[in-house]
Amino acid sequence: MLVIVGSLAGGYSPAWGHLVDTVLADYVVNSLLLMLGVGVGTFVLGVSAAWLTAMCEFPGRRLFSWALLLPMAMPAYIIAYTYTGMLDYAGPVQSLLRESFGWGYGDYWFPRIRSLGGAICMLSLVLYPYVYLLVRVAFSEQSTAVLEASRSLGKTPWQTLFLVALPMARPAIAAGISLALMETLADYGTVAYFGVSAFTTGIFRTWYGLGELQTAAQLAAFLLLFVFALFALGRYSRLRLRFHPASARQESRRIQLRGARAALCTLLALAIVSAGFILPALQLASWAFDDPARALEAPFLDLVGNSFMLAAMAALCCLFLALLLGYGRRLHPGRLETVAVRVSSMGYAVPGTVIAVGVLIPFAWLDNGIDSLAREWLGVSTGLLLSGSLAALVFAYVVRFLSVALQSVESGLGRIRPALDESARSLGHSPTQVLRRVHLPMLRGSLLTALLLVFVDVLKELPTTLILRPFNFSTLAVRAHELASDERLADAALPALAIVLIGLLPVILMTRNLSRGDNNA
Amino acid sequence: MQYRTLLRGLLGAALGLQLAFTAPSQAQNTEVNIYSARQEALIKPLLDRFTAETGIDVNLVTGDGDALLTRLRNEGRNSPADLLLTTDAGRLYRAQEAGVLQPLGAPELDALVPAHLRSSEDYWIGLSLRARVIVYAPDRVDPEELSTYQALAEPQWKGRVCIRSSSNIYNQSLVASFLANHGEEETMAWLEGLVGNFARPPQGGDRDQIKAVAVGQCDVAVVNSYYLGGMLRSSEPEERAAADAVALFWPNQAEGESGTHINISGAGLTRAAKNPDAARALIRFLLTAESQQWYAETNNEYPVREGIPVSAVLSAWGEFRGDTLDVTELGQRNADAVMAMDRAGWK
Repeated sequence: MLVIVGSLAGGYSPAWGHLVDTVLADYVVNSLLLMLGVGVGTFVLGVSAAWLTAMCEFPGRRLFSWALLLPMAMPAYIIAYTYTGMLDYAGPVQSLLRESFGWGYGDYWFPRIRSLGGAICMLSLVLYPYVYLLVRVAFSEQSTAVLEASRSLGKTPWQTLFLVALPMARPAIAAGISLALMETLADYGTVAYFGVSAFTTGIFRTWYGLGELQTAAQLAAFLLLFVFALFALGRYSRLRLRFHPASARQESRRIQLRGARAALCTLLALAIVSAGFILPALQLASWAFDDPARALEAPFLDLVGNSFMLAAMAALCCLFLALLLGYGRRLHPGRLETVAVRVSSMGYAVPGTVIAVGVLIPFAWLDNGIDSLAREWLGVSTGLLLSGSLAALVFAYVVRFLSVALQSVESGLGRIRPALDESARSLGHSPTQVLRRVHLPMLRGSLLTALLLVFVDVLKELPTTLILRPFNFSTLAVRAHELASDERLADAALPALAIVLIGLLPVILMTRNLSRGDNNA
Repeated sequence: MQYRTLLRGLLGAALGLQLAFTAPSQAQNTEVNIYSARQEALIKPLLDRFTAETGIDVNLVTGDGDALLTRLRNEGRNSPADLLLTTDAGRLYRAQEAGVLQPLGAPELDALVPAHLRSSEDYWIGLSLRARVIVYAPDRVDPEELSTYQALAEPQWKGRVCIRSSSNIYNQSLVASFLANHGEEETMAWLEGLVGNFARPPQGGDRDQIKAVAVGQCDVAVVNSYYLGGMLRSSEPEERAAADAVALFWPNQAEGESGTHINISGAGLTRAAKNPDAARALIRFLLTAESQQWYAETNNEYPVREGIPVSAVLSAWGEFRGDTLDVTELGQRNADAVMAMDRAGWK
């Protein structure tokens, strides 16, 4: 992280003048529009899905409460490929339209999938689960007494939603949306494929095209500053907002929906899941099994094993660190701790390749330093100890995805009343004991969420893996990307499908836990 | 306090992992380590054959060319990599400039590869040729109308040209070759005309441009020939149908013209190489007639060596004359090319 920000202090090359003159405004405007669109999109999808499944009763609610998480397993660039395959001018949908009506090019209007709007749709579809997940937990942990009080005071369910439930869920909404926005800022695959010149495309263009790594790093540093400002704003807006569930939770009573309204809810939930998961997954499956012989070619189990192992290791590391940072801040809410937490969580908004370089430089420097010392004093070369090892890779993942774990852990800790800590301490427990015996059991849902989010993210992660991995080491995402970047989408479908399927495992695991929580409540 | 403990813990864990996952091999020249911008699937079979023939193991990391170069540069003299493989001359030139390559020291190879397809200072050498061509819809375009890249900027092509984003290296190299062959002024005029003729904002990859021509969204597109080859040999019926619906035109063939724009995929020996002899052996192997034929055929590219037979798909397109511009120039002028495209408004 410091390496990137440090680049700001370095010299400014003439390339800056060129960027400012020609394309910089474009990058900034497009990125802002993209964030605005994705912000609105994830808010609408995520919050409505969370409200429906947490507060209403309609046919299929149980199924949808976990099915709505499925799009999370779908990498944004993959969903972009599949929708382009379906909806592009040359795709089956438009071809069918043309054949049925005898139209030619330009005779009719059809939304252009490869556009800013298309990118917003794609990213919203796969990123809304972050909002959904966090907000749903918040909704179901909200004291039903408060909501019932609101109902008994004559407010309609809609008014209750907007006047009571939403404001109380604000920290969770903000956390979910900021995760989605950070992922949006870091996204490269989708915007590059759609030809949207956003900030990330600009970073890579400057680096690869102009050969200006320094300028590219400076662009990335500005991106970081921007994220920091965003954070500060979000924090400020909920500075004095602290909601702790007042008392033990009562039996939560869902609003019973019947007839047309219930059907509408089912349809809505079905539409979201279909658009975000079922349709693209079917498209992938149809590509993948077009030619079943292909499935048997690659040493597939190795890839699956590698992906799984890396994701699990990174998820555990992230969880441990997040707990350490989050709890440390709870114990000593000083300025230093707060800054440490903020800085360490910003990595999420930085494109993976930039993180990779940020990790590469100090590791290689350290390795070469140790090597020089060893040569001088001992007369042997230690070579590179860390660079190009899995440790470096896991470290990079932690840098990039710590934020995800932290958001979840922090919002979980925030819901535990400080009074509990105090009473436990007054009963003679040390802070560690409080953590172990009081917080951990209460945090189970949040911790599991954190673990899941990081696991799925690492599974999908591409650019960092690509650069930092050791020799002869590959993952599903790498394989999918290599084939897709050679524009062999059909061949890429199988590893992509595997990513989605493995990503499903923790989703299912966690939803079990969530629904158990529901039943106990 | 916590942070210090944490740091210690992390370092300990890292060292543990390191020991667990790397099996150091000390013996020299019994293996070659490659950083490759060329994808695993496209090169692995040939490397396996090399191992079978020579007993030298090949270890591979694939990735983006510039990212691998950054890794190489930061690892310095301790880098494990022996060879850098890229899919364009620009990256090899950049590696040479960054001081991470050393002269190849295999003069016998110079006779096999034409001078403009390798570094004049022996830092790198071409392994295959990639040509950027025009594809057109034969039902709407008479090949008589086609002549050069320059002509695509003329008003008759308004709203009929498809080409991908200027962030793409193939377009950057094409424009770099224009800067080298025609100078800045002419290049800018050409770029402005060309951008004005785009049928749609640049998007997608080269295969998408071919599909757009096939379905009538545009009439001509500029793409690399091996994408068309890949589509013709695809297992997907739709891809084959799209490729069958277009035809290939070799631009700039007339007397006095520059010839079709070409780039190379190539390799350079790293300065830090621990197994230089094995690395040289691998390059020699990749330049044998047999490997050249296989390598070109697998990738639907052209061999760098002359007189090597090409696949049926490729020979159906006929012979062509490639630009004899030194490919080093493509690397030298890459940044200028990007800036020129930015100024012309090529997204």
